[in-house]
Order: sequence, then C-alpha cells, then structure tokens
Amino acid sequence: MSDSSTAATTIDGRRAGAATLRWRLSALRGYPIVPIAIITITALVAIFADYIAPHNPEVGLLGQRFKPPVWQAGGIEGHLLGTDHLGRDVLSRLIFGARVSMIVGFMAVIVAGVIGTALGIVSGYLGGWVDQVIMRLTDTWLALPAITFAIFLAAIVGPSFMNIVVILGAVFWTRYARIIRGEVLSLKEREFVRLAIVANCTKLAIMRRHILPNVLNTAIVLATLQLGVVIIAEATLSFLGVGVPPPQPAWGLMLADGKKGMMAGYWWLTVMPGTCIALMVLSANLLGDWLRVKLDPQLRQL
Amino acid sequence: MKRFLVKRITYSVLSLFLLSAIIFFFVRVTGDPAVLLVEPGASQADIDAIREQLGLNRSLGVQYVTFMSDLLRGDFGKSFYYRSPVLDLYLSRLPNSFLLAGVAMLFSLVVGIPSGILAAVRLNGWWDRVGKIFALLGQSLPSFWVGLLLILFFSVHLGWLPSSGSGTIWHVLMPAVALGWVFAAYNMRLTRSSMLEVLGSEYVKLARLKGLPEALVIAKHAFKNALIPVLTLAGINLVIMVNVAIVVETVFAWPGVGRLAYEGIAFRDFPVVQATVVLGGAMIVVVNLLVDILYAVIDPRIRYER
Repeated sequence: MSDSSTAATTIDGRRAGAATLRWRLSALRGYPIVPIAIITITALVAIFADYIAPHNPEVGLLGQRFKPPVWQAGGIEGHLLGTDHLGRDVLSRLIFGARVSMIVGFMAVIVAGVIGTALGIVSGYLGGWVDQVIMRLTDTWLALPAITFAIFLAAIVGPSFMNIVVILGAVFWTRYARIIRGEVLSLKEREFVRLAIVANCTKLAIMRRHILPNVLNTAIVLATLQLGVVIIAEATLSFLGVGVPPPQPAWGLMLADGKKGMMAGYWWLTVMPGTCIALMVLSANLLGDWLRVKLDPQLRQL
Repeated sequence: MKRFLVKRITYSVLSLFLLSAIIFFFVRVTGDPAVLLVEPGASQADIDAIREQLGLNRSLGVQYVTFMSDLLRGDFGKSFYYRSPVLDLYLSRLPNSFLLAGVAMLFSLVVGIPSGILAAVRLNGWWDRVGKIFALLGQSLPSFWVGLLLILFFSVHLGWLPSSGSGTIWHVLMPAVALGWVFAAYNMRLTRSSMLEVLGSEYVKLARLKGLPEALVIAKHAFKNALIPVLTLAGINLVIMVNVAIVVETVFAWPGVGRLAYEGIAFRDFPVVQATVVLGGAMIVVVNLLVDILYAVIDPRIRYER
C-alpha cells in the first residue's frame, strides 16, 4: 500500500536507494500490515461499491442462473465469480455485502461501546447500590445466550438494517461495562481525581473529563476485538433470516441462499461469502490483538 | 462456607428474577405483545381476547406478577405451530441438544488437550506456532460456515456423510465438529497456559530434580493438574454449547432446542422463541452457580473472598 508508493519518492532531493527503502520498510515491522490492508481495502470497496461493482447486486438474469466462476467450465464472461440462484453476479453482491458488514459491524460496536463504557464508568465511579444494580444486570445479561437473545429481540422488533445495529449493540455491551468498571475503580483513587474533587468538580464533570479520557484506550481495544464477534453475529442473524432483509446483499444472506444450491455442487455460493467473512473477522482479531499489546498492556491477559 | 452458599444462591435467584424482568421488559415495551402472542392472521377479536387474558390494560406491575407466576409454574404458553405446551416441546428436544453438545465437547477435548500440551512442552516451537494459528482460526471462522464447508466436502464431494438429519452416529459427526471447532481452539489455549503454569511450579521442579525422565514428569505430575481448569470449564461449556448451537443445528437440521428456536422464528411462533431464551439463560445461571460452589469446595480460599 503506502510502502510501495513511498519507495519511489525522494528524501532530501536524492533518490531513495535500496538501503533507504529497506530502512523505511523496517519502520513498518511489527505493524499488522496484512490485517490493516484487508480492512482498508474492504472499507474502500464498501465506500465505492457503486463504482466498482460490475453488475447490479439485486437484479439478475434468470437465464444465467448458477453459472460457475469464469475459470471453471461453464463459467461466462462478465461474471468473474459466477452467479447465484437468481442469476445475480456473485462478485457484485460480495462488494455490496462488504458495505452491510462494515456499516453494521462498526456501528454496532460503537453502540455497544457507548452503552458499556457509560455504564462501566457510572458503576465504577459512583459505587454503592448503583454499582450493585449495574453489575447484577451485567452478570444476568452475560448469562443470556447472545445469539438466541439477539434473535429474540429481532423477532420482537422485526428485521431491518438499523434494528440489527441496535440489537447487536444491546447484546454486546457487557464486556465493556465489566472491564471499564474495573479500570475506573483504580482510576478514582488517583491524585488527579482527588484534586478534581477538592476543586469542587461535579461528579458528572469528573466522569466526563477526567475518567472518560483515561479509559478510552481500553474501550478502543475492546471495540476492535469485538468487531469480529459482531460481524459473525450479523452474518448469523442474516443467515437465519432475522438479519438484514433480502434482497439486500449481506454475506450471511448470501450463505443462506447458497445453501439451496449446495447439494447440487454450486460450491462458489458457499465458499466466496464465507471467505469474505472469515478474512474480515481474522483481520479484526489480529488488529485487536496487536492494539491490545500496543495500547493497553494490562489487557494482555484477556 | 454457609455464608458463601447463601450469598451465591441469593445472587443466582436475583439473576433469574432479573432475567425474567429483562425479557418481560423487551416484550412489553417494544410494541404490543398481544400481536406477538396471537397466531399470525388472527382476528381483532382474538387479539382482544389475548389482551384480556394477559391483562394488558392493567398496570405493568400486575402484568409482571402474572408473567412471573406463569414462568414459575413452568407455563411458557402454547406453541402455535405444534399446538402443545412449549415446555414439553423444549424438554423433548433437550436430549438431542445434549447429545450433540456432548460429542462436540469430546471432539474439542480430544483435539484441544493433546495439542495444548504439545504447544506448552515445545514452547515457541513449530507446533506452538501451528497451535496459535489454529486458535486464531477457531476465533475467526463462523461455526455455521465450517459446517457448510464440511457438507460441501464430505457430503457433496465425497458422499461419505449424510448432510442433515439425525438417527445414526454418522449424522452427529459433522455438526459436532462444526460446533466443537471453536471450543477445540479454546481448550487448546487453556490447556497450554494451564500447562505452562504447572510446569513452572515447585513440585514439577522437584520431580525433575529427583531425576525423573521428562516424559514421566509431564505425564504423571504436570498433566493431571493442568487438566483441572480445562475439565471444570468443560462443564460450563457444555451448557453454553447447547445454547449457541442454533445455527449449527439449523444448517444440519439437527432436532435440538436450537432448531426449535429457529422454527419458532420461521413460523412466527413467539412463545417458543421466548421460552428458549428464558430457559437458556436460566440454565447458564444455574451452571455458573454449581461451578462456583464446586470451586469453593475444592479451594477454600474462594469462600472468604468478597
């Protein structure tokens, strides 16, 4: 990515030699380049889906159903990764599916992060019965089987794009609340918080201005680690038919559709979307692990 | 010990109440429960009858008491589709769920424990690295996709195993692997770290000082102690497996409680969906309680913690 473009540019007016290039690349050592690249590319693909996708993802030619990828016998020009049971282009659906996965993934992680961080800070800082109530609630919430709970909620409010985001946020906030509460417990004994109390800051102001910035690192690490979980959850909900409603192209939905052609040997409908999900989740996990070590050594135990 | 028990049991009972309150809250607040609880396509008169029966015009407090007393009596309502009490349906599917979870657990232990021990004994060797990749893949590949790939390979391509259904030992293999896959990776990591801890302990050093061959040290002294956390957590994980199996059961048409929940969604059979969430959560609360008590029995220090 950026390393190949900087290689040809000049430093101090001189052409960067091989040694300089090596030196510059060494700065990248230790960074999770591949996961960052995969997530960046997926994000770009999701943003520019309208320009990149060769076909309309929701419309297909019924005459061209179940065409295999081009390299396989029977594949047709123009459909690089083949077509599905309605003759829709698989590649185009994957590209637009990236949009669904990315938006739902990031937004759900943010919703969960905001709920969990807020509850964690309030619980840890105020202590007493507030802490007791919030922690009991968190424990109980954790006991609910996540996917079944999400399905239950989706069954009540009905499946839609925004509902899925809110549901996943409502299901996955517990981890933030628990861990951030723990951090706040030690933070509130620190000098700067005591000084703020002496300076007559309100509780709200202390939580917002003194505690929140200090737990943000942890929240970001947790969010990255949670991204993979949420993407799998969204794919699962869509696969079961309570996620993103058809005909929108979500990867989980594509897998559900692909199952219909599986016994007939239409492998690409199962392999392609699943590979996309796996790559995204793998990248998010690797990036999260790296961030955890980098930003927050205390979380290494997780 | 008595104080610990009382406190821990109180917490669990409290959790169960909270659990029912959460479910109650979501059902009542997010819309008209009468619409969820009548059969699709019911007339307005039917909806009104349900509303009357549930007392939806009464205060939320009264409604909650009704809801709770129904739950306590094991009354989860009647399934629209099967026309029988939901609890009976659930209990009739439960053995299948435990069978699947049991085989999946067996698979995850058989794969996870030896590979974890090998990774700990040959720390940072190539096997340890393979193990790390395996653990990462375990976290990253959705179980239902693993299931689909297994079907593609073993049923469609090779034609060796049945792609769905139940009845013979062959039917349970693929769903068990798909379900156990994540847990195998988890057990491997847990065995590895537990083994590393034991290998650094005093009694293992002593065993080595006595001049015992390394294989004997590992097999006789380290192995048994390293297994304790793995096997304890296997108990919790078995119950968790039953409750996360919904997608795998759907993929393989395995007749467990997960499949029941899925049918509940597909047929808009709301009482069934509600019951699977409540009972699943209750099961996990109870198992957590049992494990905590077990720990306290084994390790007295835990009893005196906060």
